[in-house]
Amino acid sequence: MKTLRKTMCMVMAFVMIAAIAAAGATAYADDAIKIGGTGPLTGGAAIYGNAVKNAAEIAVEEVNAMGGVQFELRYEDDQHDAEKAVNAYNTLKDWGMQISMSSVTSKPAEATSAETYADRIFALTPSASAVAVVEGKDNQFQMCFTDPNQGSASAQYIADKGLATNVAVIWKNDDVYSRGIYETFMAAAGELGLNVVSDTTFADGNNTDFSVQIADAQSKDAELVFLPMYYDAASLILSQADAAGYYPAWFGVDGMDGILSLDGFDTELAEGVMLLTPFNADSADERTAAFVAKYQERFGEVPNQFAADAYDCVYAYAQACEAAGVTADMSAEEICAAMIEQFTTMTYDGITGDGMTWDASGMVSKSPKGMVIQDGAYVGLD
Amino acid sequence: MMNRNKNFGRNLLTFAVVIAAYAILQPMVLAGSVSATLKGMLVPICAYVAMALSLNLTVGVLGELSLGHAGFMSVGAFAGATTAIALQQAVASAPLRLAIALAVAAVFAALVGFLIGIPVLRLNGDYLAIVTLAFGEIIKSIFNNLYLGLDDRGFHVSLLEDRTGLAEEGRMIIAGPMGIGNIPKIASFTGGFILILLCLAVIFNLVNSRQGRAVMAIRDNRIAAESVGIPVTKYKMMAFVISAAMAGAAGALFSLNYSTVVANKFDFNTSILILVFVVFGGLGNMLGSVIAAAALTILPEALRSFSNYRMLIYAIVLILVMLATNNPTLKMLIGRTIPKRKGAAESA
Repeated sequence: MKTLRKTMCMVMAFVMIAAIAAAGATAYADDAIKIGGTGPLTGGAAIYGNAVKNAAEIAVEEVNAMGGVQFELRYEDDQHDAEKAVNAYNTLKDWGMQISMSSVTSKPAEATSAETYADRIFALTPSASAVAVVEGKDNQFQMCFTDPNQGSASAQYIADKGLATNVAVIWKNDDVYSRGIYETFMAAAGELGLNVVSDTTFADGNNTDFSVQIADAQSKDAELVFLPMYYDAASLILSQADAAGYYPAWFGVDGMDGILSLDGFDTELAEGVMLLTPFNADSADERTAAFVAKYQERFGEVPNQFAADAYDCVYAYAQACEAAGVTADMSAEEICAAMIEQFTTMTYDGITGDGMTWDASGMVSKSPKGMVIQDGAYVGLD
Repeated sequence: MMNRNKNFGRNLLTFAVVIAAYAILQPMVLAGSVSATLKGMLVPICAYVAMALSLNLTVGVLGELSLGHAGFMSVGAFAGATTAIALQQAVASAPLRLAIALAVAAVFAALVGFLIGIPVLRLNGDYLAIVTLAFGEIIKSIFNNLYLGLDDRGFHVSLLEDRTGLAEEGRMIIAGPMGIGNIPKIASFTGGFILILLCLAVIFNLVNSRQGRAVMAIRDNRIAAESVGIPVTKYKMMAFVISAAMAGAAGALFSLNYSTVVANKFDFNTSILILVFVVFGGLGNMLGSVIAAAALTILPEALRSFSNYRMLIYAIVLILVMLATNNPTLKMLIGRTIPKRKGAAESA
């Protein structure tokens, strides 16, 4: 009797799962152009994936409400893994994706860009910053800066503003993103006369204790510590430096963006942290303010730079589709040819910069803004 | 004699299932009637099946728990991709290049398996499991810090930082944490299918041979085996190296299906994932490994419609299936509906 009950329980559990599967989806107009993208919606990098997805949803709603081109958006989870990103991309292809927003993070984007290139689907990534994503592929474009670009721009900024002469760098030596920025930062720092006194690394697996790296920077009197890494490790460095009584100037790149919305992080510690990012959520610009207000109302947090890039991606697509007269019944390949033509010739004004242009390499040209964290919010440095 | 016939039938069934799956899917792929999702997953499924078979040889037949099997996959993935890139000009035919890459990967992984086996196979049980885990992590760290470039003067290797000093037209193949990029995508479903058949043939022949019986005797009782004069370390090493070679070939097949591969992909989680396939399919049960690896690779993709609850549902399904396959009432039900399976279900 008891085993029968257990069996019944199991059967019921299966039935319940099947019932959840019968969930409905949002209805879109038939004449909508299908935009698909993959990103880490779960797992360690989920803040980026969800920011991109949320912002893209807002932008698609706004574009659709204007009555011109109609978009339909779908995001699939890739868990920041190249294999799963290709699976997610194939799911989107089955769905009938006509334009791609590539992937949110670099390695997955490198894998999916090879697929979109082979399938002739146009892709514009909001945030995958590795050079390999666009290199040698005529239909891959980026809305964000490339990694090397960020490293040299950071060094340039620190030297131009006279922020420090003795600089420490802590970076993650098994991470593409961190290494890419580090290498160009070091090259630019050498040219600009910045004195890198401490150069320490960490890797996956030993990314919780930073006492050695912090002590090294402290003992060599670094006035500024450059942190080319994602916010999760950076948050630990900030709190451990605080515990060690070390208060240099901190300088991060766009991966630092997101530190304020990290659960359980004392935002007091991030006070005064500088970062280079093309987006300023406190900007007085009318469009930025409207976007930030809408995002905050819907998702309860200040959008980061990834969100802003995604928002711009959708609007750039809207502008290009209008100009090229793209309609929903065109094939992905036809749209791809039209988009390449548009993106290499058009100028786009968005919330992450005015007068953005793209060259045939797919890399964007726009100017970065320096930001500093004050009272738990990002404020423009200039 | 009776037992032998049963084994033979079971092995034949395993081959039949694999060949039938290929015979049904391949024409559908050629006709374009398979969804892009399934088509894209065929090669990774083959790679995972080969991995599961390889680990089942270590865990199920040899009886030693290896928690670092992804390390061998990693060695194979990097060796295979490097070979394929280096031979891009020299060998024009893609299937031939794939075969060479897989063979080279198997040799490298076997070599690493041998080196690791020397200290590891002196241990037993839990100790062996922990040490294999450590070796998996060491392999990951090495590839994360390895730089390998190729130019007209040959290969250049450096560790920790890029000191390869490549000539202008040279190509960086392994770039430390960035792994290998721009890999030629030459892996094919047919190649994967042949790899699985080879793995099955090797395992079945081994299990039914004099050496295989010695290996299983060691698994069942090491002391008894030693006392009748079986050289324990030699046979353990043999099974372990064969297993590593298969994992290497599987890794090469996997990496040649994607344009990029990084060392962090082959971490502890991947080792555990493969172990889940093996346990799920049943220790020592090769057909079970084939089916479990294929089903559990497809499952997360099939659950995409659940969006946010996907991985939760995946875990729940995993628990339920584990319970269901061990539930006597359900087993009896299955046994009743398919009378022929009754004997098999009991012995499994």
